[in-house]
Amino acid sequence: MSKNLRINNKQFVDETRKLSFVFNGKKLHGYKGDTLASALLSNGIHLVGRSFKYHRPRGIMTSGSEEPNAILQIGNDDALTEPNVRATEIELYDGLVCNSQNCWPSVKFDIGGINNFLSPLLPAGFYYKTFMWPANFWEKYEYFIRKSAGLGKSPTKQDPDMYDHRYIHCDILIVGGGVSGLIAAKIASDDNKKVLLLEDKELLGGSLIYDDSDISKIDDQKSSEWLKKLIDNIKKDQNITIKTRTSLAAYHNYNFLLARQNLTDHLSVSDRNNKIRQRLYKIRAKKVIISTGAIERPQVFHNNDRPGIMLASAVKKYIDYYGVRCGLENVIFTNNDSAYETALSLYKSGTKLNAIVDIRDNSSSEIVNQVKSLGIQIYWNHTIVDTKGYKRINKVTIMKLNDKGNDVIGKKIELNCDCLAISGGWTPMVHLFTQSGGKLRFDNKDNIFVPDKTNLDQLSIGSAKGDFELDEVLKNSIKDTKKFLQIENSNFDKINVKCSKEKEKKNIWLLPSDKPLSNTKPFLDYQNDSTAKDIKLALREGFKSIEHVKRYTTTGMGTDQGKLANMHALGIVADTTNTNMGDLGTTTFRPPYTPLTFGTIVGRNVGQFFDTFRKTPMHEWHVDKSAKFENVGQWKRAWYYPKDTETMHDAVQRESKAARESSGILDASTLGKIDIQGTDANEFLNRVYTNAWSKLQIGKCRYGLMLNEDGMVYDDGVTTKLGENHYLMTTTTGGAANVISKLEDYLQTEWPELDVFLTSVTDHYATACVCGPNAKKIINKIFKDLNLSDESFPHMSFKEVKLGNINCRIMRISFTGELSYEINVEASYGKYIWEKCIEAGKEFNITPYGTETMHLLRAEKGFIIVGQDTDGTMTPVDLQMDWIISKKKYDFIGKRSLYRSDTIREDRKQLVGLLTDDPNEILEEGAQIVKDENKKPVNMLGHVTSSYFSPTLKKSIALAVLKEGKQLKGQKLLVPMINKTIKVTVSDTVFLDKENERING
Amino acid sequence: MKNKYSIFSLIKNAFSNHENWQRAWRDPEPKKEYDAVIVGGGGHGLATAYYLAKKHNLTNIAVVEKGWIGGGNTGRNTTIIRSNYLWDASAGLYDHALKIWEGLSQELNYNVMFSQRGVMNLAHNLQDVRDLKRRTHANRLNGIDAVWLETDEVKKFCPIINTSQDIRYPVLGGTLQKRAGTARHDAVAWGYARGADEMGVDIIQNCEVKGIKRNGDTVEGLETSKGFIKTKKIGIVAAGHSSVIANMAGLKLPLESKPLQALVSEPVKPIIDTVVMSNAVHAYVSQSDKGELVIGAGTDSYISYTQKGSFNIVEETLKAILELYPIFSRMKMLRQWGGIVDICPDASPIISKTSIKGLYFNCGWGTGGFKATPGSGDLFAHTIANDEPHKLNAAFNINRFVSGDLVDEHGAAAVAH
Amino acid sequence: MFLINCPYCGVRDQSEFVSGGEAHIARPKQPTELNDDQWAEYLFMRKNIKGIQFERWNHVHGCRKWFNVARDTSNDKIEKIYKMGEQPPKI
Repeated sequence: MSKNLRINNKQFVDETRKLSFVFNGKKLHGYKGDTLASALLSNGIHLVGRSFKYHRPRGIMTSGSEEPNAILQIGNDDALTEPNVRATEIELYDGLVCNSQNCWPSVKFDIGGINNFLSPLLPAGFYYKTFMWPANFWEKYEYFIRKSAGLGKSPTKQDPDMYDHRYIHCDILIVGGGVSGLIAAKIASDDNKKVLLLEDKELLGGSLIYDDSDISKIDDQKSSEWLKKLIDNIKKDQNITIKTRTSLAAYHNYNFLLARQNLTDHLSVSDRNNKIRQRLYKIRAKKVIISTGAIERPQVFHNNDRPGIMLASAVKKYIDYYGVRCGLENVIFTNNDSAYETALSLYKSGTKLNAIVDIRDNSSSEIVNQVKSLGIQIYWNHTIVDTKGYKRINKVTIMKLNDKGNDVIGKKIELNCDCLAISGGWTPMVHLFTQSGGKLRFDNKDNIFVPDKTNLDQLSIGSAKGDFELDEVLKNSIKDTKKFLQIENSNFDKINVKCSKEKEKKNIWLLPSDKPLSNTKPFLDYQNDSTAKDIKLALREGFKSIEHVKRYTTTGMGTDQGKLANMHALGIVADTTNTNMGDLGTTTFRPPYTPLTFGTIVGRNVGQFFDTFRKTPMHEWHVDKSAKFENVGQWKRAWYYPKDTETMHDAVQRESKAARESSGILDASTLGKIDIQGTDANEFLNRVYTNAWSKLQIGKCRYGLMLNEDGMVYDDGVTTKLGENHYLMTTTTGGAANVISKLEDYLQTEWPELDVFLTSVTDHYATACVCGPNAKKIINKIFKDLNLSDESFPHMSFKEVKLGNINCRIMRISFTGELSYEINVEASYGKYIWEKCIEAGKEFNITPYGTETMHLLRAEKGFIIVGQDTDGTMTPVDLQMDWIISKKKYDFIGKRSLYRSDTIREDRKQLVGLLTDDPNEILEEGAQIVKDENKKPVNMLGHVTSSYFSPTLKKSIALAVLKEGKQLKGQKLLVPMINKTIKVTVSDTVFLDKENERING
Repeated sequence: MKNKYSIFSLIKNAFSNHENWQRAWRDPEPKKEYDAVIVGGGGHGLATAYYLAKKHNLTNIAVVEKGWIGGGNTGRNTTIIRSNYLWDASAGLYDHALKIWEGLSQELNYNVMFSQRGVMNLAHNLQDVRDLKRRTHANRLNGIDAVWLETDEVKKFCPIINTSQDIRYPVLGGTLQKRAGTARHDAVAWGYARGADEMGVDIIQNCEVKGIKRNGDTVEGLETSKGFIKTKKIGIVAAGHSSVIANMAGLKLPLESKPLQALVSEPVKPIIDTVVMSNAVHAYVSQSDKGELVIGAGTDSYISYTQKGSFNIVEETLKAILELYPIFSRMKMLRQWGGIVDICPDASPIISKTSIKGLYFNCGWGTGGFKATPGSGDLFAHTIANDEPHKLNAAFNINRFVSGDLVDEHGAAAVAH
Repeated sequence: MFLINCPYCGVRDQSEFVSGGEAHIARPKQPTELNDDQWAEYLFMRKNIKGIQFERWNHVHGCRKWFNVARDTSNDKIEKIYKMGEQPPKI
């Protein structure tokens, strides 16, 4: 730490707490209260990075979120490192490690610096004009372009940190804790409103809090003293919730806003353990007040990018807040009065100020007069035409401006300096206002865009609205806030403010030099290296719209999103094209205001909380039996139960054999279940299913197929008539939510006259399905009094019985072709009934089987699975299920679509069976089927939808959809794979038990 | 070409300080009459004009654009280019486009930075596996270079993907199309504009269409903010605003215009060298030449012309990104924006004549139009010039919604809609 | 992210709702009487209005009720919310 750079300042920086940090491998010190930038500056370090394109040395330029240059890689841990962190925003902590980016081998000696000499070949958009020869070489060029682009490095290991979300509703949200925001907060609170006040810095008070001016006074007190009292008041105020280190990221429609709070980034790494790193606030505000202040503009002149060139307001803040001198030989270059405050701060801190260069002819304001009285040299009507010093500025050359301000005259004067403080006026931070959809108006007097029209309940105050002088800021903030909140009187009504008033204004977007523009480098966007020349080139080439200019030159597309560059770019376009800036409009400010960490956006919804796990009541039993699980929608379904070293194939063969030969048991709890009640329930079913339901008797079950209104199969399942006007519908596991939504839609909007009520009961019931030749015996052991005879309890029927106190609904339905019973009980008894079945089935080798075996068993019977054998393009006719379409019903969902000219075509794809010539060859699901694979283009007839090896049939079987499949039975076709072609024969879709004899055991 | 671009012209112009570059395109006022007018100055519209002039010798034509060229979805998309579509018709259409992409920089003498870094589509459940394998088989037989990758091959091709089988929806494999990749979106619009302008096409910006004048069932011209323009052929390529223009002609289209969002991170050094898409957990990501991660989000459920979507969609997308790439948790979102996409019920486009003579529509590209830009322009130009579709776009006629012969590409479309 | 005033539950965040598209497209009472063109008109053709659109919304993560909304699709401003079966308001 250089002693002569640090000034005693006990107010905001705690000199008793010395912190050590490492920059580019060098150990340095700073204090608690420093930002990384102020700590670096206090060590005499300006050069911290290299620019994106020309790799020019760049230094710290600002003291806030608009910083384009000082972006560093923080941390060197693979998991915790963070790229592109602004040194001006991060608070110094003990042990901070940081490195310069985009330079090699080091920031001081960067090979990429050669680009600076190649810059004549690298004008805006050069890459659109070259790298085209030889053709196909682009990727080789691109490899090097990509390597040299990018800034920092992504972490390469998983982030161990935790992030959080919180919802906040408030009456008034105030964004920005500077003087205008604080006043508005107090006025709102005094009116008994619930106020949320956000401040992105650690402390409230904005720039006024460290203002040491003798000129500005509020109620005859030093303005910073007055402000401190107000802050003390506000901190005690019960109506005001204050969130510091919290920056507003995005302002969406309907006053929905996002803010990010930093909770641990300012702590030493060892103090962060198990703490939430950042929190995202999702805010719904009745009213929003934006008091985000303004950003100082640089000036655009030749070589305006050297390390040591900084915004004047930043130089002031480093002295007055952090107690750090940015240089020992300072020059100020300005076009307005505000830089004179910097001059006073330099003077008061005993820092040498060699001269002030002002492009105006003169200024007679109070503050300028005070500076004049101190004997500081001021060069009026002068501009900087060049600067010197490669890694740090050491000299500026100034010349007199001509009358029009478009050229320089007279002789050159050289001024020594190691810090050049520049000010080109102020730009209101209207980003949030425009993000919210607000429209801007151009103010010709101050050359600024200010908030104009909005549809939302919001107000901009202070310098965010274009008020820059203290008396205006305070008086207008008070007046506008009162009006906005519809308040008659406030405690601030009699406020008395004194301040210096600016009288002379002058603005030149692109300052002239003694050299032709083409030989100069006047930078606009420091990070992306775009210059005024690039803007002019874009205009010459016909890029007319400001968006075109931005995209062609990449101005404003860096990590600072053009906070410093945009106004000058617009100004130069307006000047060059003779357009009024107001007519030009601005480019869109896109959210977020400052970059937002992905982890913060996602919050807790990572890892195990990525998505809901839906588990059946029997889940733990499956886990105990080492089941493998399959994701079906959000459900975890048992897929198969491998024993010992069994592969999936082995397990499935064993499970399916057991189900066919003795007994198997399936957890069918995931099937969608909809309870349907009402006097029109029967009519409702008639309208939603393709088949007829009128004659279904109580206690009977029926399979139904549901279509979309476009005639394509949508879902299927068995519905049971539980009582008069009471049905239980089952749906596919994956389709359950969509089916009930669709049914509700029809019921509420198309058929409100129907007396029908739908209730989803999927989670309320657990289902154990016992199947196989011994199923009846097993059920009989459990339900001893139940008459299971085929006469009393035939296939497709239902009984309600009690097991102790447990109500059991037993359906005799079958998806495997075997005799089978589905026992439905209330979910909490699911595991009990399951274990009861297992116990009763022991002597029959009852074998739990998973979804894979279920799929095999049903495929042997030619039963479809909606979503596997259908894909939203299959009608019931295509599935050879013509029998399920009622000819008698006048209408049902999708009926009309079945008769369109292309849905009645005979040559559509139809469901068929496939048998491989080699019975051991199992087809790949998804494989395509052709007649001739040599004729190009290959005519694909269809594809394999389901394919298995059947242990019962001892051969491979498959279902497929095939063009004109109905006509092709017995035909030999080919399934071409990458390395072989499989011969197949088209067959019936039912492979096993065509007579349906097994259904009765 | 009056102003050929090359490293030599760049060097030559460096000596004159780049003062002598000519305009990439003129800024003309509309003539009273054109042989054809294209409505919409995005990539598809400009490409249409380019091919009308180049292949069909129609040079007395104009492109009218409400704002600035390339300012709609062309300049807002995530620039993914691929052709691994399921159905023959789609495969034909998108691979036609891909083949043009492969020589487009040279054809336009404008570097559109088509980078064939490959596109992977991941499978996260067993049905995904079936669907993607089905698509790969179909692609192979259609001459499209997509292959199936097992999980370990996915990991090998893109090592930063979390392929742990313990995550909520583990990666069960994926497909890879190596010829697929990305391009520089703005360059496509600018390159076509420059090429079309060179052949005499008038590109008229800030010219909003206010009405379509018809005589019975035949078009006569356009009412615009720059006056009436007489023409016998009007090709509408207005993406999200297609229905608005159709309504002016008294037509209804099978479209809904919905917000689609995208975002980029701050730039970092190369970390992902391909494009990875995942439908099931909805995340797709690539890295731009500048170093930004380019991430596509999903559509909202409602119609909107605001170019703004809801934040929870972005949240869902990043959630999925962190599931697949946990290393990106500390990366930061730099910009987020939205576009208006016109979605057809079957997730396939319309490139078609209409019931009004001289009125043609090229729309319904939904979430994936950028990849088709050159092919779409070429085929639409053919359709307008001949008043008949090319065989590659015959299936994409508007009548399919009447007859029921839809081209259902929900499975292959990037964003499920 | 709009706020939607569900007629049954009150003001809720948009993320609780799902849009059902254009409203007042009644399902034809006699579909079999329609030709393919007329049926396609019902099934697929939409006004897709830029401006005030009458549309259906469902409070899917709430009361699951459907209702109608008059919303300006050019700025997402909701002008009016009314129940199913009610006539569209004059705006």
